[in-house]
Amino acid sequence: MTTGALVSGDIEDMRVSNVSISGVTFAADLSGALFWEEQRLLVVSDLHLEKGSSFAVRGVLLPPYDTLATLGRLAAVISRHDPRIVIALGDSFHDRTAHERLSAEDRDAMAALRIGRDWIWISGNHDPMLPGDLGGTVADEVAIGPITFRHEPTGACGEIAGHLHPKARVSARGRSMERRCFVSDGMRAVMPAFGAYAGGLSIRDAAFAKIFPKNGFVAHLLGDRRVHAIAASRCS
Amino acid sequence: MPPRILKSPAEPAALLPDHFKAWFAARGWSPRAHQLALLEKAREDRSALLIAPTGAGKTLAGFLPTLVELSSVPKASAKMASAKSVVSTGRTLQRAGGLHTLYISPLKALAVDIARNLERPVAEMELPIKIQTRTGDTPTSRRQRQRRYPPDILLTTPEQLALLLSSDDAPFLFSSLRRIVLDELHALVTSKRGDLLSLGLARLWRLAPQMRAIGLSATVAEPELLARFLVPQPGGQEAAADIVIASGAAPPLVEMMDTRERLPWAGHSARHALPEIYELIKANKTTLVFVNTRSQAEMLFQNLWSMNDDNLAIALHHGSLDVAQRRKVEDAMSAGRLRGVVCTSSLDLGVDWGDVDLVVNIGAPKGSSRLMQRIGRANHRLDEASRAVLVPANRFEVLECRVAIDAIAENAQDTPPLRIGALDVLAQHVLGCACGEPFFSDELYDEVRTAAPYADLTRQDFDDVVDFVASGGYALKTYERFARIKQDKEGRWRVANPKVRQSYRMNVGTIVEDDMLKVRLVRSRGGGQGKAGGSTGVIARGGRLLGEIEEAFIEGLSPGDTFVFSGEVVRYETLVEDQVYVSRANDKDPKVPSYMGGKFPLSTYLAERVRRLLDDGRAWGALPEQVRDWLSLQKDVSRVPAVRELLVESFPRANKHYIVCYPFEGRLAHQTLGMLLTRRLERARARPLGFVANEYAIAVWALGDLSFMIRDGRIDLDALFDPDMLGDDLEAWLAESALMKRTFRNCAIISGLIARRHTGEEKSRRQVLFSTDLVYDVLRKHQADHVLLRAARADAATGLLDLRRLSDMLTRIQGRITHRELDRVSPLAVPVMLEIGRESVYGEAGDELLAEAADELVKEAMG
Repeated sequence: MTTGALVSGDIEDMRVSNVSISGVTFAADLSGALFWEEQRLLVVSDLHLEKGSSFAVRGVLLPPYDTLATLGRLAAVISRHDPRIVIALGDSFHDRTAHERLSAEDRDAMAALRIGRDWIWISGNHDPMLPGDLGGTVADEVAIGPITFRHEPTGACGEIAGHLHPKARVSARGRSMERRCFVSDGMRAVMPAFGAYAGGLSIRDAAFAKIFPKNGFVAHLLGDRRVHAIAASRCS
Repeated sequence: MPPRILKSPAEPAALLPDHFKAWFAARGWSPRAHQLALLEKAREDRSALLIAPTGAGKTLAGFLPTLVELSSVPKASAKMASAKSVVSTGRTLQRAGGLHTLYISPLKALAVDIARNLERPVAEMELPIKIQTRTGDTPTSRRQRQRRYPPDILLTTPEQLALLLSSDDAPFLFSSLRRIVLDELHALVTSKRGDLLSLGLARLWRLAPQMRAIGLSATVAEPELLARFLVPQPGGQEAAADIVIASGAAPPLVEMMDTRERLPWAGHSARHALPEIYELIKANKTTLVFVNTRSQAEMLFQNLWSMNDDNLAIALHHGSLDVAQRRKVEDAMSAGRLRGVVCTSSLDLGVDWGDVDLVVNIGAPKGSSRLMQRIGRANHRLDEASRAVLVPANRFEVLECRVAIDAIAENAQDTPPLRIGALDVLAQHVLGCACGEPFFSDELYDEVRTAAPYADLTRQDFDDVVDFVASGGYALKTYERFARIKQDKEGRWRVANPKVRQSYRMNVGTIVEDDMLKVRLVRSRGGGQGKAGGSTGVIARGGRLLGEIEEAFIEGLSPGDTFVFSGEVVRYETLVEDQVYVSRANDKDPKVPSYMGGKFPLSTYLAERVRRLLDDGRAWGALPEQVRDWLSLQKDVSRVPAVRELLVESFPRANKHYIVCYPFEGRLAHQTLGMLLTRRLERARARPLGFVANEYAIAVWALGDLSFMIRDGRIDLDALFDPDMLGDDLEAWLAESALMKRTFRNCAIISGLIARRHTGEEKSRRQVLFSTDLVYDVLRKHQADHVLLRAARADAATGLLDLRRLSDMLTRIQGRITHRELDRVSPLAVPVMLEIGRESVYGEAGDELLAEAADELVKEAMG
């Protein structure tokens, strides 16, 4: 039976829910970012900036507002948590020349976000050669305590990765809903893509089975008002 | 037919050459008045719209002027009519001979069929006329030959016309054109294909100013509007073709099945009437049984087959059956080998079926014109009345059938008004134009407005479309260097590179198919419920192909859910790429029993008549006793809604509180209204839980005591149904609506923002590298007035969301809401209440769905 969850008028938005990875508790933010309170560290993955113009080069004139939209959401989550460190977990730029196509306004917006905090760009398969003038540090991976941040998941313990753009579909009684999600089994996690134009890969895809050896992983779906933890076996 | 008397045409003798008269006589025919009338129109150099029922010799009428004209060309010069006799007149090429008549049909099968039928008189009269077809199936080599050495008559489709017009040699090919014949015009003009065709016509009027049009149409509500489609619209005023109305069709004999059985309260299967339907098939030579959806067709066919003790040849025909399968049924039908065909709108149009003597229409007729066209399928001889039996599947449908029969008796038509040309189609056309000769904006703007659907196109809209085609039409001007069309020094637009032209050619057309998945029957892996999903190794690949199903429907299922397909209850096992694996289920009742209640909503006209019938107690005498009793009881315990009012009932039931209202505006508008009402009730803290909509009513249920809240004034019904819900509430909902996103996707494809096909292969949804839903979200936020969003909104007004109708209704009922507080469900509310849990709320779901799944996890964790 349908529950009263539709009744949101009285309920506070629950923008975050906790996800534990290798003994560290992260807040899974509704925007698709992870926040490590203790370190005041915020992670976002797969921004895919300038994906729109990347298609335009090839004749598909997608609206050129994706960078603006992505940075706007990033600014919102940064102001909500005020992190000391921000990690962009790879594929921050959609292609190797994407940063050259950034508008002056977008460049300024990015610079403003960096003020007062450390920024770490982790390289991904879309942006393996990050330019030096981005501001912040460029790295292939970062380890802090028991946690390793890298772009492509390997399945190692304590790993937080992106790359796969997980999404999950939940169906019931002829209705269904598909959303981006975090995926975790308590030992490792894959983050949802943050970019406005980043598509998704179903968590039922074989790629996820390789990373999460046990079947019992959980998808944390980004709903309208809160993050919902749902057994992967319940998703399609 | 309406009392519009056809002016008696001039002497047939003067219009028909001798060998034509002899040909008619040899077959024992005499030319019909409307056939002669079209000859006369041709002689007067006028365009004409012929309105005629099936079986009136419409096609021959359309071609007769062409045959006569071409037969009078001296044989010698007719033979010379090839590309060799091209005469250059400077600006354009003029030719003796060349293409004389273009015939456009909505179905390629129809074009092929008509070509075959035309060959007969041409051969028998030995006319020197070359006839060819051109469809998607025509081999490339023949297409090239056609462009170089055009036939006298070319039969083709709107898409092929668009392709021909975008080629460099369009002026050469079309400059000789004398006539265009548009078949099934009433059907073509209701969709974006009609928009595309109208733009093609506008182009032809410029290339061949001497061209005249003949439109062939079934009866429509406003022939005068349809007649505008056939002639160039001179800016500012209206012009229309002459109208010729064929007379003489005997009025159809239509009755409603008076069932011996108990009439169901809800549902669309008409299962109660199966034996009676079977008896009808048995008692007639050939019966067409029309149903409204494919799943109904499947189910009915299966049921009839299971009771077919007499081994009657009964076949099934619907759009998702394999083409070869359909062709076989059509051939058997033409050969008179079938006693019955269960079919959907796939047989609404097209090829003539010979000896159909009865049409049975199951379920709601939806519209009077629609029903008349279906019934016309049984009308193979004009002077004999077609016969039809309507089989209502539930009580409300009895009302709808009753008023449809009355409407037919009055010959009242309810075809929709002419479309306003869509901007996404215009974008496709503009790109097509740039692929041919370069164009000046000013000239193309004037040309486009000669097409009736675009007669009122503003310069702003036109310029926005050109800007969109060029560089995306974005306020943020960053794509100029990637432009697809560019202006030269003189200001002419031309394609930027050959790849753009190639992409246009591969993606022409306005039909965007639903994403379909193949359904295969495999053996169940047993109890696979719950732990289902990607583990496909257990399911044997292969399996018998049952047919195709909408991806959107499958997305709503969880593994283990059961539904009806191919006439049986099956269990959804898993999805692998584009294959859905199902197994046989032993359940009698499927968990998700129906999908897509039917593509067409109840027409506004029939809805109005249903409301009048309800309001007029004296008219109830014409209804079956069961229905009369039902309405009388409603009158006693609640109220029967009056014509102009909206009746709202509220009552408690099983710890929940319901309101049911009866707008009679069709499922699509009701679904939209249901979404908006739920939002408003949520704001009023009534804690709504869900809603369900059918063609006639909406039921919303909530935790809050709705009756009390209405009494208390916390819910003001006038405010609840205020048209202002179409403002901010609608906006907020559209941001998330899956239907709106689908509408946007179609516009993005038609307008050419996204290519469906790349060099040779169809791109499947799974290969698309970005999601149009994400594009929609971003565009909505950053450029809400973008031309593609405007196109999608225009579609939403009449399409899946039926906003215009909803808006008209809300305005109509302002200040006329009658509330009845009841202590239990009323008789009138029973049908819609029964649909709760049976009908899926299509497409939309929210956090509550996720929360529910999350609860399961918690329960699982707690053991």
